[in-house]
Amino acid sequence: MDCNSASPLSEEPVIICRDVQKWFGNFHALKGISMEVMPQEVIVIFGPSGSGKSTFIRTINRLEEHQSGQIIVDGIELTHDVRNIERVRMETGMVFQQFNLFPHLTVMQNITYAPIYNRKWRRTEAEKVAMELLERVGIPEQAEKYPGQLSGGQQQRVAIARALAMQPKIMLFDEPTSALDPEMIKEVLDVMIELAESGMTMIVITHEMGFARAVADRLFFFDEGLVVESGTPEEIFNYPKEERTKRFLAQILSH
Amino acid sequence: MPTAPVTDPQGNVLPPGREGNTVVQWIKENLFSSLFDSLLTVISLLFMFFVLRLALDWVFNLAQWDVIAANINILMKGSYPGEQVWRIWIGLYLLGGIAGINLRAWNRELNRSTVTIAAIPLILALLPFASERARVNLIIIQGTIVAAYLLTSVAKEKRRRQIAAITSIFYIPALIFLLEGFTDENGIMPLVKSDLWGGLLLSVLLAAVGIIFSLPIGIILALGRRSRQPAISALCITYIEVVRGVPLISILFMGNIMLQLFMPQSLPPIDRVIRVMVAITFFTAAYMAEIVRGGLQAIPKGQYDAAYALGFSSLKSMRIIILPQALRIVIPVIVSQFIGLLLDTTLVALVGLYDLLGIGQAILSNPNWLGRSQEVYVFIGLIYWILATSMAFASQRLEKTLGVGRNYDGL
Repeated sequence: MDCNSASPLSEEPVIICRDVQKWFGNFHALKGISMEVMPQEVIVIFGPSGSGKSTFIRTINRLEEHQSGQIIVDGIELTHDVRNIERVRMETGMVFQQFNLFPHLTVMQNITYAPIYNRKWRRTEAEKVAMELLERVGIPEQAEKYPGQLSGGQQQRVAIARALAMQPKIMLFDEPTSALDPEMIKEVLDVMIELAESGMTMIVITHEMGFARAVADRLFFFDEGLVVESGTPEEIFNYPKEERTKRFLAQILSH
Repeated sequence: MPTAPVTDPQGNVLPPGREGNTVVQWIKENLFSSLFDSLLTVISLLFMFFVLRLALDWVFNLAQWDVIAANINILMKGSYPGEQVWRIWIGLYLLGGIAGINLRAWNRELNRSTVTIAAIPLILALLPFASERARVNLIIIQGTIVAAYLLTSVAKEKRRRQIAAITSIFYIPALIFLLEGFTDENGIMPLVKSDLWGGLLLSVLLAAVGIIFSLPIGIILALGRRSRQPAISALCITYIEVVRGVPLISILFMGNIMLQLFMPQSLPPIDRVIRVMVAITFFTAAYMAEIVRGGLQAIPKGQYDAAYALGFSSLKSMRIIILPQALRIVIPVIVSQFIGLLLDTTLVALVGLYDLLGIGQAILSNPNWLGRSQEVYVFIGLIYWILATSMAFASQRLEKTLGVGRNYDGL
C-alpha cells in the first residue's frame, strides 16, 4: 500500500481506542469499541444508521465525550483537559455530512480563519496555502464566493480544503457524500482518493463501497454500538464471516 | 391571464412582462383591471384627496407655526445656556466625524443612499429657515463627515469596522464630558448641570447611550444565560426575568432614587441624567439579551461542530463563527427594539427631565401659547417619525451590506 513512502521500522499507532463506551441517557450508543489506526492507514467504517459509527468518529476529536475506555490520538490522551482537546482537534481534520461551512464567510475566509486564529499564521501565508488547497480540490476560481453560491459538491470540497488547511495528521470523514446529488459524489470521492493516495491517515464513514474497495486498508462493520466484523476489503467483501455482515452487504450491494 | 409566449427573432422565448412596460399599461393592469378594481381605485382616490386636502389646508392655512419658530431653540436643547451652545455644535462636528467613519466602514462603495445620508447636514443648511449661524455650523459638520470618510478610506478595510466601533463607543463619554464641562463659571468650559439639558438634545443622547451600551451588555447576558456554570446562568436568568417583569417607568424611578443609595457616601452624587441613562441601558439590555439568545438558537449545531473540530476554543468560536451569524439574523428585531427605546425616552419626563416631549408640554403650559397643542404635537411627532424612520432605513442598509451569501444552498 505505502510502498512509495518511507515508513519507519517501528511504527506506533496514531489512534488508539480501547473499550470506548458512550451512553446518551439510557441509550448505550457505544458498547466498547477498540481500534488501532497506523499512520497512513485508510479505515472505512460502515453499518446501518443508529449503529454508533458517527458517534464513534466524533469521540475521536471529542465532539462527543466518551464515558469509559481510553482514546489516545497522536500520543495525547483525551481527558477533560481542555488544552489536550484543543491540541487533538488541531491534529485532526473533520468533514461533515452537511458540510457545515460558515455561511457568513467567503470560501477563502472559511479556509484561512482556523490557521490564522488557532495556529497564529500570518494572513498572507494562510491565503497562499488556501489557494494551493483550492487548486488541489479543483476549485481555485471560487475563492471569493460565499458557500451559499456553490453547489453541494463544491461546498464539500471547500470543507475538505478547510480541514486540510490546519495541516492535520488525521482526517475524519462523517458520511461526506450522503447529502450530495449522484453527479457530485464522484468529484468529492476523487478528492478523497487523491488524499488517501498521498498518504493521509483517514477514517471514513461511507457506504460508497467502490471507494472502500479502491483505497481502504481495513473495513469495520458497526452494528448496535459494536464492531461486528473487521478486515481487509478482500476479507469483508469476498469472505464475510458474520451473518449480519453478509445480510447488510447484500442490501447495499444489491442495487 | 395566460398569453402565448413572446419570442425574439432567433426563436428564444422571452421572460414574461417585458413587452410594453409603459405607465399607462401599468395603471391599466394594476388599478383598472376589472370593474371592482376600478371602483376601489376611484373610491380610494377620492378618500385620499379629501384627507390630503384637509391635512394640507391645516398645515398651510389654519396652523399657527409661530409657536415652533419662537421656541425652536428650547425644543432643540432645553435650558442649555445660550452662550455655551458652541459645545453642542462641537459635539455635532464630532458626530459628523463618527458618521463619516461608520459610513465608510459599513458600505463597500459609495451609492446613492449613502450619499443621501451623508448629505443630510448640507440639505438642512439649504433649508430656507435655517439661521446664518446654523448654516455655517451645518456646513462644518458636512466637512467633518467628508473628512472622516476620506481619512477612514486610508485605513485597511479590515481595520475600518474596528475603528468605527471603538470611536463610536468613546464618542458618548466624550460628548457627555463636553456638554457637562468641568471648570467654574469663568473657565473655558463652565459646568452645565445636566438638569438643564433638554429637548431633542436630551432625547437623542438618552437613546444613543441606550443603543450603544445595551447591545454589548445584552450579548454578555445572553451568553451568561446559556453558560454551563449554574451560578452564572441563574444570575443572568434572574436579572433578565426581573427586569423584563417590571415596567420601564418603575426602573426609571428606581434608578433615580436607589442608585444613589447604593453608592458610597463619600462620592459626589451622580448626575440625574447619568442615572436615567444607566436605568434605560440596563432595562434595554435585558430585552437585548433575549433577542440575542433567539439569534443564537437559530444557529445550527453543525456550526459549533465545525468550529470546534477546527480547533477554535469555545470563546473564539462564539466570537468569530457563531455571534456574527446570530446577530445578523436578529438585526431587524434589534433595530425595532432600538426604535422602541427612542420612543420610550419620552417617559423620562416623569422623573423630572425635559426631553423633547417634556419641553413641548412645558411650552403648552405657557399661557402665551394657549391652544397650540396641535402644532406642537405634530412638530414633535414629525421629529420622532424622522428619527425612527431613518433608523429603520439604516438597518435595511446594514442588512444589505451584511447579507451577502448568508443563505445556505437550498436552506
